Amino acid sequence: MAVIDLANPTRFLTLVNRMLPWLAAATVLLFAFGLTRAMGAPDDYQQGATVKIMFLHVPAAWLGMMGWGVMSLAALGTLVWRHPLADVAGKSAAPIGAAFTFICLLTGSLWGRPTWGTYWVWDARLTSVLVLFLLYLGVLALYWTAEDPGRGSRAAAVLTLVGAVNIPIIKFSVDWWNTLHQPASILRTGGSAIDPAILWPLLIMAGAFTLLFFTLHFAAMRNEILRRRVRSMRIIQAQELRA
Amino acid sequence: MNLGPHADFIVAAYAVTVFVVAALVAWVVLDYSAQRRILGDLEERGVTRRSQRKDDR
Repeated sequence: MAVIDLANPTRFLTLVNRMLPWLAAATVLLFAFGLTRAMGAPDDYQQGATVKIMFLHVPAAWLGMMGWGVMSLAALGTLVWRHPLADVAGKSAAPIGAAFTFICLLTGSLWGRPTWGTYWVWDARLTSVLVLFLLYLGVLALYWTAEDPGRGSRAAAVLTLVGAVNIPIIKFSVDWWNTLHQPASILRTGGSAIDPAILWPLLIMAGAFTLLFFTLHFAAMRNEILRRRVRSMRIIQAQELRA
Repeated sequence: MNLGPHADFIVAAYAVTVFVVAALVAWVVLDYSAQRRILGDLEERGVTRRSQRKDDR
């Protein structure tokens, strides 16, 4: 099957139905391995056992931003090529990305209280992630409340592309401004500043969360394709009843 | 495993994450069965999509 064939919703459904059980199984296995490694990781010399929150917080932050990246690519597909599967991908990624951003904010807050002495501070990193979460809610509102789904999708795609400006702001906020949040310690020039005993469990957990994201995203895309079929069949049914 | 003096914060962070992920999984699974049920109901009533009609010809 050529890659271009996947742009056909029926073929995409066939592939997703085949892939989903394997993706779900791989996600569960990688989570089991990652959690075992995370629970066995040593405490941090400064933060103690609270470093275990990092194994949730950092992958959730990455996926919150990755979700917006997926939506931005889908928004281009919607606005430039008007491809229905691109719109399906964007709409399906929004609640998942919002949920991961919510996890990032909550776990960060729970990590901040014992390490910084506060649940929240209006510094550039925390505020820009909160803005990302509010943008997610805005996109969801456009998708879920528009009377005409086509217009709602186009408006959501425009908001997604405008909101993409926030992603580099989140990434570089700790370099551009003085923040209570620590600077980059994994993806930085000069290599990671984290000890391998903590870094490896973190990377495995990040892999597990990424698999979870794509498992949920493909499943949500399947649901959205079915929902659109239901909608078109109901319109046909209404037209037949009128005739 | 000793979670130290801030065990409550660690447990709360894991509990919140499990709850949100479980909610996402439940949303996807329940939505799938709901859409399948509605589609089955429409097909039983003889409603077909235009593309299906083309396939039948």
